[in-house]
Amino acid sequence: MSGPIKPLLTSRYGIEEGWKLANAERAGAYEVARQALTSRKPAELREEVKKANIRGRGGAGFPAGVKWGFLNRQEGEEIYLVINADESEPGTFKDRSIMDLDPHRLIEGAIISCFAIDAHTTYIYVRGELAFSVQRLERAIAEAREAGYLGERPFGIDHAIDVHVHSGAGAYICGEETALLNSLEGRRGEPRLKPPFPAVKGAFGMPTIVNNVETVASVPDIVQMGGEAWSALGQLPGDGGVRLYGVSGHVKNPGLFEAPVGITMRELIDDYAGGMLGDRPLKAVIPGGSSTPVLDPRRKVDAPLEEHPLHKWHGQSEIDVPMGVDTYRALGTMLGTCCAIVMDDTVNMVEASRNLMRFYKHESCGQCTPCREGTGWLVDVLDNLCSGRGKPEDVDLLVNISNNMMGNTICAFADGTAMPMLGMVQKFREEFMDAAMNGVPDGVRHDDSTRSIVEGGA
Amino acid sequence: MAFALTPEREQQVDDILTRYPERRAALLPVLWLCQRQNGWISPEVVKYVAERLELSTAIIQGVVTFYTMFFDEPVGENVVWVCRTLSCDLRGGKSIQEHLEKKLGCTAGHTSSDGKFTLLKAECLAACGQAPMVQINDYYYENLNVEQLDRIIDAHATKGGDAAATEFSTFASFAAPRGSGAGPVTSAPPPPSKEAVRLASQPPPAGDGKGEES
Ligand SMILES: Cc1cc2nc3c(=O)[nH]c(=O)nc-3n(C[C@H](O)[C@H](O)[C@H](O)COP(=O)(O)O)c2cc1C
Ligand code: SF4
Ligand code: FES
Repeated sequence: MSGPIKPLLTSRYGIEEGWKLANAERAGAYEVARQALTSRKPAELREEVKKANIRGRGGAGFPAGVKWGFLNRQEGEEIYLVINADESEPGTFKDRSIMDLDPHRLIEGAIISCFAIDAHTTYIYVRGELAFSVQRLERAIAEAREAGYLGERPFGIDHAIDVHVHSGAGAYICGEETALLNSLEGRRGEPRLKPPFPAVKGAFGMPTIVNNVETVASVPDIVQMGGEAWSALGQLPGDGGVRLYGVSGHVKNPGLFEAPVGITMRELIDDYAGGMLGDRPLKAVIPGGSSTPVLDPRRKVDAPLEEHPLHKWHGQSEIDVPMGVDTYRALGTMLGTCCAIVMDDTVNMVEASRNLMRFYKHESCGQCTPCREGTGWLVDVLDNLCSGRGKPEDVDLLVNISNNMMGNTICAFADGTAMPMLGMVQKFREEFMDAAMNGVPDGVRHDDSTRSIVEGGA
Repeated sequence: MAFALTPEREQQVDDILTRYPERRAALLPVLWLCQRQNGWISPEVVKYVAERLELSTAIIQGVVTFYTMFFDEPVGENVVWVCRTLSCDLRGGKSIQEHLEKKLGCTAGHTSSDGKFTLLKAECLAACGQAPMVQINDYYYENLNVEQLDRIIDAHATKGGDAAATEFSTFASFAAPRGSGAGPVTSAPPPPSKEAVRLASQPPPAGDGKGEES
């Protein structure tokens, strides 16, 4: 494996009450912001972020430095920074740890970012369920204001910066950046047509940078180390640094880990997450939140041609390819939020699909017909398959419905539903055919290998 | 009866209004303040918010119905959200729901007959690594098993939500990567059962940097 690293993002997670300013400061908080605001130029800071090759940590993996470069302020316009803390993609639980355990890192990142992109106001949009994280953030913001790191003259310089928390109220779709902006403005969280992109016309009609919590929280390390050095921590070209990896499901040690970009899924499961629970076989892993197509460890990378980006891993298992935005795209999946859902051989893939598709049906905002109808239809077909009312044609029907959802909608939600559905059918077709013939046996559930832990002697 | 916020909360509304360039943006925060006071968004609340923010009641209704956390009907004293999305289900989310239904005497979507608990199904609550879990009111309870769940529910019934939260609620936890020297951070005041904690937050065995052969 790639060897342990010195923790960066998580370096203050272990200190006692590290969410309090005095404790965080003893461990270095705000040193980079002070130095950056008092002795560096915004353009230099933007350049560091560009050189860092940091791919957005919210799921789409867009290079943050490039996004910042899209800002082109017109006269009279104010620039906003909006931090996406909606964290609702099933399987994903990383941003919450930053807000709960080291909120000052996020605030420091926001201060440096505001200075770099010439913004004065940051809104942190936190999903409504995370009331506790909101409390932590609000206290931390109050402390930072009191200390003079936020406000009219942060660190004594003439560039006012303030940070506000805005709490959502329960809607996955508000993680999509334009839905988030609507929700911030007090509207229903329905995505907007793009263009215009937020960098041109975002919050309150003004140019806006929307970045994920982890992206912004990485900025202090990037500035401190220098973009190139930070980028070199990662092991893949154009995809730099370290990131948070999450593992949930059937592993011995579920949780969060910090590691360089480019470890493999096998390393993540075996070395970081302690291996499979009860040493059962790994059946499938959803690599980066539920919208990313499933990986099947039995499948081999098929890249015989030398110019193929995955040629180096030709013939190896899918889970031996380094985890990166571009490598995973080449593999036909996505790195997404980098939080893996691990399933052992007791899990039925038709049932697992049904669980996730029900999620999408519940969360579709309903503006686009292919998405609204498609998600409902997928659930109906999966319900039929599971209950023994299915037919073999239903398996292709799942494929057809999914294909009709792709690329035909206002936002990427529909693609994020269809792609994992297609992946499931493609990789576990026999299981879907079997369900079409025989149904899924009554009482099949996902937790056969863990139920005794939960139910104990009861 | 007309609804009004307490003077202290009125003050908070004034404060909230200064954060945004447009008055309307205060809608979600103000609805939250009202729901915290009133328990749900009643027609009187809608009327009050409409006047306070100079918006039509139809606009407010449209927003309230969009978000699952705004209640447009009364709920029990405590609202229990049980996560049933995949990561939780892989670790016993269904058992947790079944146990709650038995214990509270109502199925998901309903309120117990004593009015103390409303049980609702939730979608992934960003705590998948500490599954299974529930949210009760504003707090999370993670790495659950049924015995721990009993203690948590009983505490809500007898001591109230705030006392129960102080005793049992959890926030994000972190397992250090092996070899980093940092210990795992778990912050559940008294941990659940030993078994659940062992499975959830034990750092990988310190070793030679080579993975398990599995
Ligand atoms: C349906 C949907 C849900 C999303 N949910 C989130 C989310 O919860 N958190 C997040 O940071 N990004 C989410 N995104 C991605 C955002 O639209 C946006 O790309 C991201 O916040 C940009 O930040 P980054 O470039 O730093 O990753 C979602 C996108 C879609 C289409
Ligand atoms: S694709 Fe789905 S979620 Fe996105 S705007 Fe259309 S209906 Fe809403
Ligand atoms: S699946 Fe339950 S918290 Fe994510």
